Amino acid sequence: MSSKANIVTEPDIIFGKLTWDVIPFTDPVILPVMLACLLGGIGLFAFITKMGKWGYLWREWLTSVDHKRIGIMYMIVAVVMLVRGFSDALMMRAQQALATADEVGAGYLPPEHYDQIFTAHGTIMIFFVAMPLVIGLMNIVVPLQIGARDVAFPFLNSLSFWLFVVGALLVNISLFVGEFAATGWLAYPPLSGIEYSPWVGVDYWLWALQISGIGTLLTGVNFFVTILKMRAPGMRLMQMPVFTWTALCTNVLIVISFPILTVTLTLLTLDRYVGTHFFTNDLGGNQMMYVNLIWAWGHPEVYILILPAFGVFSEVTATFSRKRLFGYTSLVWATMAIMILSFVVWLHHFFTMGSGASVNAFFGIATMIISVPTGVKIFNWLFTMYKGRVEFSASMWWTLSFLFTFTIGGMTGVMLAIPAADFVLHNSLFLIAHFHNVIIGGAVFGYFAGFTYWFPKATGFMLDEKLGKLSCALWTVGFFVAFMPLYILGFNGMTRRLNYYDNPEWTMLLWVAAFGALIVLAGIVTQLYMGYVSIRDRDQNRDLTGDPWNARTLEWATSSPPPFYNFAKTPVIHDRDEHQYNKDRNTAYAVPESYEPIHMPRNTWCGIVMSGFALIMGFAMVWHIWWLAAFGFIGIFASVIIYSFERDKDYYVQVDEIEALEAAHLVHVNPQGLRAMQDKKSNLEA
Amino acid sequence: MTTTADLQQQDQAHDHHHDTGGDTVFGFWIYIMSDCILFATLFATYAVMSTSFAGGITPKDLFDLNFVLGETALLLFSSFTFGMAMLYAHRKSMPGMITWLCITFALGVGFLAMELYEFHHFSTSGASPQTSGYWSAFYGLVATHGLHVTGGLIWMLVLFAHFKRDGFSKANMVRLACLSLFWHFLDVIWICVFSVVYLMGVL
Repeated sequence: MSSKANIVTEPDIIFGKLTWDVIPFTDPVILPVMLACLLGGIGLFAFITKMGKWGYLWREWLTSVDHKRIGIMYMIVAVVMLVRGFSDALMMRAQQALATADEVGAGYLPPEHYDQIFTAHGTIMIFFVAMPLVIGLMNIVVPLQIGARDVAFPFLNSLSFWLFVVGALLVNISLFVGEFAATGWLAYPPLSGIEYSPWVGVDYWLWALQISGIGTLLTGVNFFVTILKMRAPGMRLMQMPVFTWTALCTNVLIVISFPILTVTLTLLTLDRYVGTHFFTNDLGGNQMMYVNLIWAWGHPEVYILILPAFGVFSEVTATFSRKRLFGYTSLVWATMAIMILSFVVWLHHFFTMGSGASVNAFFGIATMIISVPTGVKIFNWLFTMYKGRVEFSASMWWTLSFLFTFTIGGMTGVMLAIPAADFVLHNSLFLIAHFHNVIIGGAVFGYFAGFTYWFPKATGFMLDEKLGKLSCALWTVGFFVAFMPLYILGFNGMTRRLNYYDNPEWTMLLWVAAFGALIVLAGIVTQLYMGYVSIRDRDQNRDLTGDPWNARTLEWATSSPPPFYNFAKTPVIHDRDEHQYNKDRNTAYAVPESYEPIHMPRNTWCGIVMSGFALIMGFAMVWHIWWLAAFGFIGIFASVIIYSFERDKDYYVQVDEIEALEAAHLVHVNPQGLRAMQDKKSNLEA
Repeated sequence: MTTTADLQQQDQAHDHHHDTGGDTVFGFWIYIMSDCILFATLFATYAVMSTSFAGGITPKDLFDLNFVLGETALLLFSSFTFGMAMLYAHRKSMPGMITWLCITFALGVGFLAMELYEFHHFSTSGASPQTSGYWSAFYGLVATHGLHVTGGLIWMLVLFAHFKRDGFSKANMVRLACLSLFWHFLDVIWICVFSVVYLMGVL
């Protein structure tokens, strides 16, 4: 945005490359956004101050180690970033609709701005929308499904969240201070090298991903240990709910693949900052090494995103078909097969590298084989519905829309897996249509289904079902109108990332695609309105039983929202669908003889403070302000060392508090049992 | 109010659910596995770059196996001394543990000093990280190991303070167990560095 003339080549000792020129005060597109964000931020700050809620926010939310609250915060950030990422999408669609050689002219965005928009769109949608939706859902659901009090390392969980927020903040800061990468979301060198991207855009990209990626890695370790070590007694691996299974596989993928991302980003950082030659054009650098490494992370990442969505569909389908999930074992094994296969297909992202027919054939076949376990899953869900008493709730709408949409996306994926076909379709809009087809029609619809399904569990009130179904319809129709034209355009030879084209035959279809994006926009607006309506009418829509869908798994056995300790008594597991098992035998909501104190972790300042230092470090590194970067770096480690010396990290919840909280739930689900217990207690006291 | 004795009793009652020490060590194992992948990626990069000299200086011109053998001996011996420290820790013998841990620390510092000397020597002999793809990969891999050792040394210093304050508490034993795992892990990585980088480099 700022012209290249402003680039400071010799960083100042105090301010690095930072000058007033780097803020795009004169850009007609960015200035209004900047003002709106500033006013919105000031308004929010004033509102919280006026309500006197800073103390509450700090004590109950910002420093929280409660997995449910962290999950909700992930969701909120994801929704905000979805709006940002989708604005980028609308701008791209508008640009391509307008940017042809005929009378309309060359669009309204200059190339360097357009390039930043598609880079930001991809980066934001994957790292700061899809990832937090996955991790947010895991946070809210997994500990409840396995009957645990919290995750294995609650402080690390808070730290993971705040590191992720730092990444999101860096991306947003880049909109107003300097520039973002103009390289595409994976920043291939040599374009992303210092020679061709001399200013700060790629550095913002690097530090945002590096910092949030480390947060994700910690999440992976945390949930892997949680699921393997903290399941309620009696819950064998093959009795875990399917969402927990898919979460486990996703976390294995995170632990194995994110270190590769860490290294890849570090090496590119070294190339840019220190002048090494990992990926440069000269002195023995190897760009294809970068492409291999980034996809060795990137392909497993695709399954990190989709597997939990598969888990959501499994839970939703079983619940709303009023049946046990069909073929649980096959679904679990299919998930594990996908988990393993996801590591041997990365080369299909660049068949055109020229690795030869045998190598391409191997990766092509491996890619096609992945469609087998995926197909198995589709049949699992279909046969679960078969002869079930299917209830078409909003989450079920998302599931059905997914089944149809995702199958099409899967088939175009198999087409792209044929190396010979890929040589033609590579880098075209056909590819864009394909991966949006599987990411929107697969992963995103899954998160929305899960969002709708578990919303009452997390908040204690229901989402408006009618608006939920309407938004699903709009998203589905909008998706097809927006992306089917891109398949055709891809066949017609239109490559991706064009900000200008001279073939007027493409214009019509690009207008159709832009119109489709507007329908999706209507879907998003409906969702935001659904959120507003549901919060406004929450008192009419309370979920008092904790089991609004008459569902099957353990998370529905507690109240909505669950008490901070989740379960007053650690449940003992008998069955895969433990809650249904108890409901069938009238043993659900049993009132225990007595309660015992519960050991819980205290909230801590350390996660948010460490991340604050990480933000300072990241920003300072982007702008080459070395003293400030050193300050941030030392601050990170000083915080964690100070934290390690704190003594008062946990406490016991006392019995009377538990009794009161449990009674508030039991009075709705088992009033007789509760009364009997209270009578017994007063008799004893008398 | 509950007394400390009550709390300990409750701790035992909840052991099946709150075995945080064991979970921490297990979690640390998982972290080490991910660190393994990190090094695997660096080794892969090194392998790909192993002949990217760009016509410049090669490892054969510079590597001195005797010097590296000295480095290796320091680090391997420090693993042994850490093992001794662990034995004394399990016997709850503070002087023994601190002594062996101090020896470990000194050996670690010695290793790092040798590594830094070697880096300096290579850089002044015309093989800096900016020289060629090969040397970028060399420094990338070896220095990442060195940074891990530095991190381990700082961690050791912090642990001295923890043990000085709280003695052989459960939390401190868990910390020591994790650092021990980390230290031995760095040894394993170094053996791979020695074989793949130095031995194969002079072949």
